[in-house]
Amino acid sequence: MIPEIGHFALVLALVVAIVQSVFPILGAATNNAQWVAMAKPTARAQLLFLAISFVCLLISFLESDFSVRYVANNSNTFMPTIYKVSAVWGAHEGSLLLWALILGVWAGLVSFFSKGISAVMLARVISVMGMIGVGFLLFMLLTSNPFERLFPIPEQGKTLNPLLQDPGLAIHPPMLYMGYVGFSVAFAFAIAAMLGGKLDAAWARWARPWTNVAWVFLTIGIALGSWWAYYELGWGGWWFWDPVENASLMPWLVGTALIHSLAVSEKRAAFKSWTVLLAIFAFSLSLLGTFLVRSGVLTSVHAFASDPERGLFILIFLILVVGSSLLLFAVRAPQLRSTGTFEVVSREMGLLINNIALIAMTATVLLGTLYPLFIDALGMGKISVGPPYFNTIALPLSVVLFVTMGFGLFLRWKKDKPERVFAKVRWLLLLALLIAFLVPILFMESFTFKAAIGVFMASWVSLAALLWVQEQGKSPFKLPLATWGAALGHIGMAVTVAGISLTSMYSTEKDVRLENGQSYEMSGYQFTFNGVKEVKGPNYIAQRGEVLITRDGKEISTLYPEKRNYGQGTMPMTEAGIDGGFFRDLFIALGEPLGGNAWSVRLYHKPVVSWIWMGAAIMSLGGFLAAFDRRYRLVRRRAAKPVVTDEKADKGAVAPANEAVA
Amino acid sequence: MKKGALIPLIIFAVLVVFLGIGLGLKPREVPSPFIGKAVPEFRLPELMKDGESIAPADLKGEVWMLNVFASWCVSCRAEHEVLSNFINAEKVMVLGLNYKDEPDNAKKWLGALGNPYQHIAVDYDGKVGIDLGVYGVPETFVVDKKGIVRHKVTGPVYQETVRDTLLPLVLKLREEKV
Amino acid sequence: MKRFFLSLCLGLTLTAGLVTVQAETDILTFKSAEAEETYNGLIEELRCLVCQNQNLAGSDADLAKDLRSQVYDMVEEGRDRKDVIDYMVTRYGDFVLYRPAFQLKTLLLWLGPVVFLLLTLWLVTRWVRSQSVKPSETTLSDAQRETVRDLLDKHK
Repeated sequence: MIPEIGHFALVLALVVAIVQSVFPILGAATNNAQWVAMAKPTARAQLLFLAISFVCLLISFLESDFSVRYVANNSNTFMPTIYKVSAVWGAHEGSLLLWALILGVWAGLVSFFSKGISAVMLARVISVMGMIGVGFLLFMLLTSNPFERLFPIPEQGKTLNPLLQDPGLAIHPPMLYMGYVGFSVAFAFAIAAMLGGKLDAAWARWARPWTNVAWVFLTIGIALGSWWAYYELGWGGWWFWDPVENASLMPWLVGTALIHSLAVSEKRAAFKSWTVLLAIFAFSLSLLGTFLVRSGVLTSVHAFASDPERGLFILIFLILVVGSSLLLFAVRAPQLRSTGTFEVVSREMGLLINNIALIAMTATVLLGTLYPLFIDALGMGKISVGPPYFNTIALPLSVVLFVTMGFGLFLRWKKDKPERVFAKVRWLLLLALLIAFLVPILFMESFTFKAAIGVFMASWVSLAALLWVQEQGKSPFKLPLATWGAALGHIGMAVTVAGISLTSMYSTEKDVRLENGQSYEMSGYQFTFNGVKEVKGPNYIAQRGEVLITRDGKEISTLYPEKRNYGQGTMPMTEAGIDGGFFRDLFIALGEPLGGNAWSVRLYHKPVVSWIWMGAAIMSLGGFLAAFDRRYRLVRRRAAKPVVTDEKADKGAVAPANEAVA
Repeated sequence: MKKGALIPLIIFAVLVVFLGIGLGLKPREVPSPFIGKAVPEFRLPELMKDGESIAPADLKGEVWMLNVFASWCVSCRAEHEVLSNFINAEKVMVLGLNYKDEPDNAKKWLGALGNPYQHIAVDYDGKVGIDLGVYGVPETFVVDKKGIVRHKVTGPVYQETVRDTLLPLVLKLREEKV
Repeated sequence: MKRFFLSLCLGLTLTAGLVTVQAETDILTFKSAEAEETYNGLIEELRCLVCQNQNLAGSDADLAKDLRSQVYDMVEEGRDRKDVIDYMVTRYGDFVLYRPAFQLKTLLLWLGPVVFLLLTLWLVTRWVRSQSVKPSETTLSDAQRETVRDLLDKHK
């Protein structure tokens, strides 16, 4: 019964989505106030039905209802409750339902927090989001219904992919989808603004907090994914430039560019068409990611069970959504004249260079990810494009990006004097250079040029951000949240880059063969192997090793790296033992028995690797603070009157108010 | 309409064409670099004939197939009947490469399922497998009279594989003059 | 269907391989630090063909182990990076290389980012020049705007 309710709710959600995507937008075009007014209720009804459907699938999992094919394929009665819950989105069908639900949540949020926006604009936004919803719901109902029944009913289910049976990965997809789908809000705003025929500061100001929040979720999602890869895959890596990782990185890069470009569009009425294009790109790349992950056109570690038929459906959907928005852009962009002019040395220019570097990176990642496909499609054979390529290309582009990041904060809008800025930061530059040379010499075993570049970029960007905060001339507690947001965003990025460059250059790893009681010394630590025991988990059997780590005779930690077998023909999983720290991680992965009581063990010493994710956390905090700056609330309240009554008035009424507040 | 504003749409259109073609491709199937080249030389002991050895050179002048198999490989069991029927019906010369297997297990396996191979080379440590670029067992190479690899099947041979590819190819290659 | 069986076969090959592990007798010892560096670099850049998308260093698959030991043997014999790469490409094709060789068909891949960056820079400079010449279309002149900005700044 429950699965039928879920299925029915899904069908209802589709019906509502169709109404939502047709009437409000038509109402906006024909001045039909009643149709325009349908936007909010349909968005909320859509959310309600999707929530019902999702809860039904959740109950089916919790009750282990194996008459549902999806439940039987992805869970069994031995699985801990938390993984029964995360199994809801652990495979293709359910993850689509989560996607649709999150889209519903975002549209619902827009309908609730829309006080400052004209009803007509809102109608268009909600309709565009409805259209995306129709696509995904149709996809689900036609090709990937999670509520499909199974007969005969099996006594016991299979198992959730063991890789996914981990707390970090349980919350990774919801975060990532909140990010991907969150960009649909900025996208819908861009489309709505183009349909309305005018793109002024209003749409940018409106889209900014939403874009920020989506970006924060995406940042958290990507960081969780990389952290998970680090402790779960057992080879000490945290990023492999896998197609699926790249699929999440591309919207993030464009999203970062979008956040900055929106600032220019809001404050200086420049970059108008460029910002719209970025908003389209950010969401299009999220959709492209969905295609790449689910169609099987690329080989990836994390891809869903691939199916060309599903791929065809998403491709058609992609053509409709992206093709029509780019067509609309081609028609409307020439009308979008940017009024704010600026000189070569100005904050606009700084942000433009930042955008170019980010887009160049995105284009490179896209090129590298799809190049094997291009070559194959042209019948020129099979090639691989992997980390060595991406790392080679990413380095010079990040140097451009990071050097600009430091200067950018100090540049004035419109026009600035290079001497003025340079006078401010020259000591900072020298200090950053000094740190770049001293850190590798003092704290690391050897000096490498690459590490010095990384440290220079990190210290330059973070010092510049700190000086900038100090320069605001106010007590730190009185500064606007947006200021803190920008500073933390930059500092977080700097911390991540410091982590990446130092850990890539100075990690030590060793494969060793250890017998019971034998020890091995590496990077000043003594690793003593105390054998392997068999341990039973709730739904797996593990070989658990014990390794005592000492330094100069003092005990540091005891780690228990495991190899888990979840049965049912699944691959054994590595559960690394990690002693994490601020300055270094010690990482141990258990290999295989080598006869007698000897085992192969892989040891890693990774300096400041945790900074990579710490930086991501700081960036996310920055993004959140910026999104909740009181300026947005204030402006909305001020803007409320003129915008709601007359859409045309907001350009004149709001822009100056906003300038003043900013 | 300004031309510049159309650029994103054009790029997208090109991308879509490639993605569409991509749907019909098989990213997991890596073509063998040996096609059109001589089969790598090796000499290995025979599994069923004690003290004897076999090399591709011994088979020159004939159209033959090289089938990589092992007793631990489940798909080898799946293709065994189809392959045996084809070999017996068309009297194809086949060299089996027993890849990373215990000879005793291989003998038992062949005893139970039947032995269609005229020669079986024992590649105990898998070194010859690496020389042949073997990455997923079973694999089947078709070699012409001059000792040139003409085709390779990665993964199990099905009835359709025999009908559509292997049989026509073997018949065609037999017609070729040395 | 066919692909399903193929992947099933590959999967089982892997698991079977893991059951019948052949003991790698000892820790790898290298004759020189350079050899070790060459080895580590190579296993990072060579692809494990049976895996979904992993290099030799990161994979536990049977084939990855064999290829690792092959690389080790060659490095210890004193062969250099290029020898090992040629050896692998002859047997497995360009697909084994995570760093695609610079050749005609990878021309766009390697030059693409540079071309792209130059192209955007050119477009941007052109655009900025056209901007600075074009008179502002707003009702306020630049000078007036500046005055307004200064006034606003003063009252902050």
